[in-house]
Amino acid sequence: MAKASTKTLEDLTKGEYKYGFVTDIEAETVPRGLNEGIIRAISAKKNEPPFMLEWRLKAYRHWLTMTEPTWANVKYPKIDYQDIIYYSAPKLKKQVGSLEEIDPELLKTYEKLGISLGEQKRLSGVAVDAVFDSVSVATTFKDKLKELGIIFCSFSEAVLEHPDLVQKYLGSVVPHNDNFFAALNSAVFSDGSFAYIPKGVRCPMELSTYFRINAADTGQFERTLIIADEGATVSYLEGCTAPMRDTNQLHAAVVELVALKDATLKYSTVQNWYPGDKQGKGGIYNFVTKRGKCQGDNSKISWTQVETGSAITWKYPSCILQGDNSIGEFYSVAVTNNYQQADTGTKMIHIGRNTKSTIISKGISAGHGQNTYRGMVKIMKGAKGARNYSQCDSLLMGSDCGAHTFPYIEVKNSTARLEHEASTSKIGEDQLFYCRQRGLKPEDAVSMIVNGFCKEVFRELPMEFAVEAQKLLGVSLEGSVG
Amino acid sequence: MLHIRDLHARAGGKDILKGIELQVRAGEVHAIMGPNGSGKSTLANVLAGRETVEVTRGGVQYKGKDLLAMSPEERAWEGVFLAFQYPVEIPGVSTMYLLKAGLNAIRKHGGQPELDAIEFLAMIKEKMKLVEIDQSFLNRAVNEGFSGGEKKRNEILQMAVLDPSLSILDETDSGLDIDALRVVANGVNALRSKDRSMLVITHYQRLLNYIVPDRVHVLSNGRIVRSGGKELALELESKGYAGIEGQAAGTPSGARPSA
Repeated sequence: MAKASTKTLEDLTKGEYKYGFVTDIEAETVPRGLNEGIIRAISAKKNEPPFMLEWRLKAYRHWLTMTEPTWANVKYPKIDYQDIIYYSAPKLKKQVGSLEEIDPELLKTYEKLGISLGEQKRLSGVAVDAVFDSVSVATTFKDKLKELGIIFCSFSEAVLEHPDLVQKYLGSVVPHNDNFFAALNSAVFSDGSFAYIPKGVRCPMELSTYFRINAADTGQFERTLIIADEGATVSYLEGCTAPMRDTNQLHAAVVELVALKDATLKYSTVQNWYPGDKQGKGGIYNFVTKRGKCQGDNSKISWTQVETGSAITWKYPSCILQGDNSIGEFYSVAVTNNYQQADTGTKMIHIGRNTKSTIISKGISAGHGQNTYRGMVKIMKGAKGARNYSQCDSLLMGSDCGAHTFPYIEVKNSTARLEHEASTSKIGEDQLFYCRQRGLKPEDAVSMIVNGFCKEVFRELPMEFAVEAQKLLGVSLEGSVG
Repeated sequence: MLHIRDLHARAGGKDILKGIELQVRAGEVHAIMGPNGSGKSTLANVLAGRETVEVTRGGVQYKGKDLLAMSPEERAWEGVFLAFQYPVEIPGVSTMYLLKAGLNAIRKHGGQPELDAIEFLAMIKEKMKLVEIDQSFLNRAVNEGFSGGEKKRNEILQMAVLDPSLSILDETDSGLDIDALRVVANGVNALRSKDRSMLVITHYQRLLNYIVPDRVHVLSNGRIVRSGGKELALELESKGYAGIEGQAAGTPSGARPSA
């Protein structure tokens, strides 16, 4: 009976990936493979101070003793870590001081992606750091932010210009030996974004990093570090795309957030890495460690993620709620279509008193997609009066996809209050028919139903990006509904 | 308005409709009555374009066009409305949003300008009086957590907003208590007009005390076995379907085009 409707569902999830083009630009790379020599070479290329090289080598040596974890609910062929190029940078004539000196090919690439780096057409109210393959190519609005004492620059620049801050906070949330992929990242990370918001400053614009992988067979290992000092407020957004290639590319990033006393830090991600083709060939392995520490009392860290791309998404943006009365939030929409897999969720570690956390997770599976929510809520002994609310909803489109939920709860303080709600539903032929009977085209109906499902997450996104996320969702699921 | 000829249809691997003949003129209200499994809902679904029902023979002319060649949304744009027997829930989507999207799609098709949020709100407020529901209704997710009566009232509200030329009410009375039935029936009656035809599908005669039809048809085993005026419904009430079907068994083919 559902034959006709399944077909329409399939049609609607067969949208094309729009960002799959390749930029023709000369790149400077290091030889394939990984050893101490490569790490020294990366560090030397970036003129890093000795502490940085030492840190990398410490991480590398530890990484050698680790084995790749296999507990996630995802399947992929063994990664050959000696077959990856760990550093690739578009060749620049000299240090880029102004946009005129950037290769026009690069500017064109970002224009195509809808990210304007040109002075005239910049997204108003958003400062952008553009990371191309391994390096940051441009950061907009830097001077304006500087007036407020806000530092927003590429990680490489931060290492050179603000070594004290980097040395103080790097690895303070995700240590160099935290896990297999984080250790690898610590050893080879090439660039990323760095932001520091000084005491009492409310950052007047969204800070945003746009990540782009271009070169083939290259891994992207960026590292982001954001520090909101006492009483500071900042909202940060990350976007990502990659060309269509039929080999898999590894993206093992690390994001560390630090919120000091009374600080508020909001981190939003719209992830649209190339998901592979309809047969599941190619695509990005997005194995990322993201963690925030609410270090001071009354601090707040909020993660919002819209994950539509990548062949495999494997990450758990987490919060360590150390300060008393600190708040952690996690809002997530994860879409898996065709043969995409996602194992994502969060960890909320309650340490301080009266700490609060909220988890809202929406998983959407279409085609042969497999979507797993995995989350942990841990209430430590001293976390008197801790509270958590978790809600995990799954939406299935078609009959070949799957949704899985693994919530872990560990409570060591009896005053804690936890709530967990979960649901699984299916976009049915009946919902679709109902909307069409009222005059909506099938694609509009699906988009409406899916957006309705994700509403609680989308309303957490900054305005401009909420619109983008809705559109993206429409594209990701295009051809998947009926 | 609507002309059904020799309509045969299959659903779930079974022949359900076996030669329906029916003609409905503009402004007429026809009641389709019949026992469970006689094919009432299948008929409604065929007319609205549900893909799970397969038409195997016959045709349907609607306003002179081939209805069966149109997609469900095209039928909606052309003024076909189905009040569902079991309205579905759509979490996170407000009734307001769905209706505005639907109405504007229909208006766009008809070459009319789309309504903005303010114009739409003003219009829908008027229509809400018909079915005695308050405005909080509009901001709730479509049918989510609605009582049976609220769901049916919501269907009639949608009918009022979308202003169709052919309304098919599929067992709108099922699951309603007497007060809700009265509200729903009043709403429907207020929407009767010389330009709007209605097909009222029901199991029980009760609804027809409130919505008085021009014609009554009895559906049995995929065919219309009796047609008549409103008094036929009363006859059914006293004799039961078995009595009517027994009588009709003698009639060849059982199908009688309505006047």
